[in-house]
Amino acid sequence: MIIITILEFLLIAIFAMALGLLFMGIARKVVARTQKRIGPPFYQPYLDVLKLFGKDAITHGFIFDFGAIMAFGGMIATLFFVPIGSIYLYSMSGTLLLVIYLMAIAYLGMAMATVGSGNPLASVGISRALTQMLGYEMPFIVVLLTLIYSSGSSSIVGIMQAQQGGFMNWNLINVPLGTLVAFIALLGLMGKKPFDAPIAPSEIASGPVVEHGGKYLGLLMLQHAVSIVVKTALFVNLFFGGASNILFFLLKMLLVWLLATLIGSVFPRFKVEEGVLFYWKWPLIGALIQAVIIIF
Amino acid sequence: MKEKYKSSKWQEVINWAQKRSLFMLHYCTGCGAIELPPTMTSRYDMSRFGIGPAATPRQADILLITGYLSTKTLRRVVYTYEQMQDPKFVMGFGSCTINGGMYWDSYNTIKQLDKYLPVDLYIAGCMPRPEAILEGFLDLKEKIENGEAKGYKKYKEEYEYYKTNQKKVLGEVKRRQ
Repeated sequence: MIIITILEFLLIAIFAMALGLLFMGIARKVVARTQKRIGPPFYQPYLDVLKLFGKDAITHGFIFDFGAIMAFGGMIATLFFVPIGSIYLYSMSGTLLLVIYLMAIAYLGMAMATVGSGNPLASVGISRALTQMLGYEMPFIVVLLTLIYSSGSSSIVGIMQAQQGGFMNWNLINVPLGTLVAFIALLGLMGKKPFDAPIAPSEIASGPVVEHGGKYLGLLMLQHAVSIVVKTALFVNLFFGGASNILFFLLKMLLVWLLATLIGSVFPRFKVEEGVLFYWKWPLIGALIQAVIIIF
Repeated sequence: MKEKYKSSKWQEVINWAQKRSLFMLHYCTGCGAIELPPTMTSRYDMSRFGIGPAATPRQADILLITGYLSTKTLRRVVYTYEQMQDPKFVMGFGSCTINGGMYWDSYNTIKQLDKYLPVDLYIAGCMPRPEAILEGFLDLKEKIENGEAKGYKKYKEEYEYYKTNQKKVLGEVKRRQ
């Protein structure tokens, strides 16, 4: 019995990694086509990860190792609370807030790895990432509280079930302004282009992952892949009504991901203080207006 | 050459993936750097061969030396090379790295790169055009597939030779702590 449960967890984790890498490959192809390039094949991230795990790697001490594992493990733990299609492991109330908390674990893991490596560029990168988190979490949390109020449930499965029965019940239609705000927050959550100051490759040499080479970089690439799946799946569950069929669910995830990628491929990036200021201005005002409309 | 790396099947799989995914660190000392933006961007687009720029030495597979190296920059290049993770490859780019090029009688540039670092492949020309660079990358991929690009093992085995040559131009290195 316990073996079956473990297998279930393992299968979901592997599926998410494979799916995330596929999404990364599709994004690279899409960005290439918008820039009139041919671009790498869609399976390029798989090759990258395989190669990185075949390379040597040096460590900078125990904290460095622990941080990388904590970042990966934190993201995998988040994955188990997000339903994918009709597959979900937990449906108790409060999973939505739990997921928001767990997502921070991955960032804290990266911060630990940064401290372990002692590289100044990495410190700049992670401090930017945590500052930006202050920015996007405020409007995002306001929208989530609105959703919890309107659907009367604080579990992701509950919010998904409250939207069943045709697309007129989706939160996309019922909470349009909130959806827009949450999408802007999603760009920051995934580190997409207008809000990618934390990893800015041309200024701070890829930020938190400066000192990660070889196998560590492979691990963090897998972490990034899982994080893409977690965040797009969360967004689809909350605003696009989830799906009973896994294929429809993947299609919706792909749509959200492609939209984020296309926006990311045409915008330059905000400075980190500009990004935070932006989040605390327009998205926050939008979120508050939406909350007032829903409550009264 | 120690053959224990080559013999395993796993190494062949890794070589197969390594060939198709190369992160490149370009050390732009000379004028050669100007040929790289067109190679990376829309006109020639090297990412279709799975080659992309890397941000730091730790993440990189290829060290591309574009142009002449003065004795001052050679020290930085050696540090950079020793920070990279195995397997790693060095490409000399332009005639300056082969025989000094137009700096052949200069008092403070090195003439021949492979006395100081194990070069896997040279791209000749002053400057080589993007087509030549892509051709060079394809040749390097072939060498990796056949297991001929063993510069990083050579550097370990003939460490004394390379260090002696480096010390001859750099003098004794005093590391700042």
